[in-house]
Amino acid sequence: MKALLMHRDRDFDPDADLPPNAQDLTQDLELDILLAAMSGGDPFLLGVARSAVLVGVQDPGVIVYRQRILADCLQQPEVVRELYAIAEEAVLREKKIWAGVFGDRYPEGLLHRSVQVLQLFVTLLRRIRGIADERAGAFASEGFRAFFAMIEHELDDAYIASIENHLRRLEFRDGLLISAELGAGNKGTQYVLRGAVRRRQGWKDRILPDRSGFVYQLPDRDEAGFRALSELRDRGLALVAIALSQSTDHILSFFTMLRTELGFYVACLNLHDRLAAAGGPVVFPEVSAGAPVLTGRGLYDPCLSLETAGPVVGNDVAADGRRLVMVTGANRGGKSTFLRSIGLAQLMLQCGMFVAAEQFRADVCDGVFTHFAREEDESMTSGRFDEELGRMRGIVGQVGRGSLVLLNESFASTNEREGSEIAGQIVRALVDSGVKVCYVTHLFDLARAFHGQPSLRALFLRAERLDDGTRTFRLVEGDPLPTSFGEDVYRQVFGETIAASTLPDVAMRLAAPDAERRRTAEPSADGLCA
Amino acid sequence: MPFQSILFDDVPAPPDLESRPQPDCFPDLNLDQVVASVTRGRDEYRLAPFFNVSIHDLRLIEYRHEVLRDLEDRALLERIGAFAGGMRAMRAAVAQADRLRYPLQKQRWHLEAARIYCDAVASLSGDLAASTAASRGLQAFRAYLDGYVASPAFTSLRDDTADVAGRLADVRYCLHIRGARIRVTRYDDEPDYSAEVLEAFDKFKRAAPRDYRFTFSAGAEMNHVEAAVLDRVARLHPDVFTALAGYAREHRAFVDPTIRRFDREIQFYMACREYVTHLAGMGLSFCYPQVSDRSKTVHVRDAFDVALADRLARDGGAVVTNDADLSGRERILVVSGPNQGGKTTFARMFGQLHWLASLGWPVPGTEARLFLFDRLYTHFEREEDLENLSGRFENDLRRIRAILDEATPDSIVVLNESFSGTTTDDALLIGRRVMEEIIRRDMLCVSVTFLDELSAMGEATVSMVSGVDAHDAARRTFKVVRRPADGRAYAWAIAEKYGLTYRDITARLAP
Repeated sequence: MKALLMHRDRDFDPDADLPPNAQDLTQDLELDILLAAMSGGDPFLLGVARSAVLVGVQDPGVIVYRQRILADCLQQPEVVRELYAIAEEAVLREKKIWAGVFGDRYPEGLLHRSVQVLQLFVTLLRRIRGIADERAGAFASEGFRAFFAMIEHELDDAYIASIENHLRRLEFRDGLLISAELGAGNKGTQYVLRGAVRRRQGWKDRILPDRSGFVYQLPDRDEAGFRALSELRDRGLALVAIALSQSTDHILSFFTMLRTELGFYVACLNLHDRLAAAGGPVVFPEVSAGAPVLTGRGLYDPCLSLETAGPVVGNDVAADGRRLVMVTGANRGGKSTFLRSIGLAQLMLQCGMFVAAEQFRADVCDGVFTHFAREEDESMTSGRFDEELGRMRGIVGQVGRGSLVLLNESFASTNEREGSEIAGQIVRALVDSGVKVCYVTHLFDLARAFHGQPSLRALFLRAERLDDGTRTFRLVEGDPLPTSFGEDVYRQVFGETIAASTLPDVAMRLAAPDAERRRTAEPSADGLCA
Repeated sequence: MPFQSILFDDVPAPPDLESRPQPDCFPDLNLDQVVASVTRGRDEYRLAPFFNVSIHDLRLIEYRHEVLRDLEDRALLERIGAFAGGMRAMRAAVAQADRLRYPLQKQRWHLEAARIYCDAVASLSGDLAASTAASRGLQAFRAYLDGYVASPAFTSLRDDTADVAGRLADVRYCLHIRGARIRVTRYDDEPDYSAEVLEAFDKFKRAAPRDYRFTFSAGAEMNHVEAAVLDRVARLHPDVFTALAGYAREHRAFVDPTIRRFDREIQFYMACREYVTHLAGMGLSFCYPQVSDRSKTVHVRDAFDVALADRLARDGGAVVTNDADLSGRERILVVSGPNQGGKTTFARMFGQLHWLASLGWPVPGTEARLFLFDRLYTHFEREEDLENLSGRFENDLRRIRAILDEATPDSIVVLNESFSGTTTDDALLIGRRVMEEIIRRDMLCVSVTFLDELSAMGEATVSMVSGVDAHDAARRTFKVVRRPADGRAYAWAIAEKYGLTYRDITARLAP
């Protein structure tokens, strides 16, 4: 019995190793905000959501499989939440069943516990059967249809009745009948639990009193003797105890898996409810494989929407057939937000979720990597540069052809010429190797150089800045410009104009705070919300 | 003469074989380490005494070489190993029978021991018949074994054992446990309820289920409940258990003494093969030496210190091999050179080669001609004598005196830094005297010394020097080569010790 709601043919592994860049992704894309919304405060759901989002799948077939199941969930949220509650109950109550005085290190104790656990599970399985009988018709997805069909097939009434019969017999009211042979040194061996011959109706399954043979009666208070007797019983019960424990393990793993896999969809429902409340649209993305595809309409950062509890500015992007998107332009113009929205959309797409957009399509990638300028160690410029190069070495060690790399102000910690040179080499190498790159940068030398290389087929986007200096937080297609309008920001902050000669330096220093915008400035005051 | 011993053929083993102390030269030559290593895991065979007895009989050495050559056949080696395993299992079963309390258990373990013994003997007999063993020793043993296996003593043991064991194996019974009462009955085809439960729950079996395993007391002993059950099983099957009791009386002692002796002695060879194979894994060679009791020619290629090689095999490191030659009138190898240059190792190697050869063992090296000595003496610097110089010198002299009192022209002596506990003049004086005496007696000798003069005492002495790298004076090659002693190597060693080599000084003074 398997739930098979995440993969057609195998269990979802919530404990799969997270990719080595999970930490960077979480930090750079502010994933914790998204995951918290998915979990609704439940630590278990948080773990499932984290694993599902960070360990995506590459097979478009699996992605569509999940999208359809999720579509069913959006139609029947209360049924899905009820199934989830049953699975959760099974897992939580099983933990509380103790082995009793025998302890589960011994067959008799283990058996005793297994019988109790199975009694619980059979009750809960009957409830799932009931839901399947009543509600299966409302589900259209391949995944749910297969799930309900499995439940009806595996748990027919006759089978459940036979299991319940065994659970009663396994209490051994008539004592145990065990056969044995003589092993090494004439010690008993090959102990096998025996059922009595079924002779008469009514005596069925009962051990008949047998007057033949020889009797040994243990004296009262012979403690060692009772221990020895108990061991004899254990030897006879070992096989049955193992079989029942393995059965309880299996059914428990079914419930655990059902809880985990439904947990993902419940988490998606949670997120859906939150985004709907914030007025943020979602859509199931179109997914393809092979050629680079990246097209979106109204693509926005769901974390920003969750945080502000309101709709946020979306962007359009049309980069099908391109591997490089260069984003330049005004500081605090929504560039980093845009980059995050692409990264989040890609991660959400690859775990089978909806994405935060009005429309979105992309090809699957084999990994999303982020290289965002970091604040730490600001005092030591050379240290920062080392740190950046170290992280980049780590990324280059992990990317594959067909990865997506998001660069945010990378290599701005050194002078522009050096940074451009290094970044140019890296980006060119990545793109030529089949990696998709989105690069938000102030490095004008680099942007201009790429602009002059038509073979790169780069898409150039610019943060829109109206002539009066107003930012719309939209990105528009446009050639790179030699200034990042740092002066605008400077003026906004300091209320004065800076001398032209110091501009590049200041622009550089102001680049990093852009990544931290939402922690330092009030979005609503900026006119961030539409 | 029927077969007696795979180690001594028809020669009586020394009567004091088991009690003879380890030879004095063993610690100096590190042969004690070699013996410990060779016999490790074979304690029950008490092999050490066999290493203490050097053989002075060329025919017996050849007898042993033949057996060892037969055992180069891996298949034969494995079969004899299987026989040894059977004999060990047999002894374990006998010991088990002795330890246990309940007679029905003792009798069954005794039967088991005999069953194992019969199997091991019958298998070995078949294996040897099928083998191409050509040695006098194994051929004679094969003939003996054929006779034994066909004898009534063996056939009746084997048949009785099989009969009783078979009847016991057929016994099946049932226990009906209810409360504090156990009823023991004959098994009457009651159905297997475990199988029924397993089938019912099979649907819930995972591809890789958790492996539950219960450890029941695995000891051979029974508790009184088990014994009470067994007692009732015996009452249910009186004929079977009567037969078991009769068997135990009839076949009380069943092991043939000659086979018992073979089982022990063949381990001397098994240990040898195992050890040689182990060191061969490091690319080291052993060869069967050509041993003479007349010619004192020594000719050895690519030999090594076995104890050192064994240690390096464990700890890692390359083994340096050395050659040694004495021909014509040459009798004494005088080894000088830098400390830690391999001098002592070389001296040990020389002693080990001869002792191992006298055991009928292969020796380290690719070629070896060696002399069959009557006694082997060593005189190594003793650390415990360091408390005062004069005492140590005197002690040195007494030990040398004792050696020379006993030694014959057929003896070998290995001297290592003898007489270092005095002034150079005294050491030279005494050293010359001792050397002259050794030369006069025509003994074979290796002398490790810091006295260059001792290396040029006529045609009997051959000077050998522990080598240093021609390009790097501080690097030891551990090669000991035939070369006149010139004292330079020694000076280099001192220079290095004080960090005053050419390299040290130039490195320190570099700009």
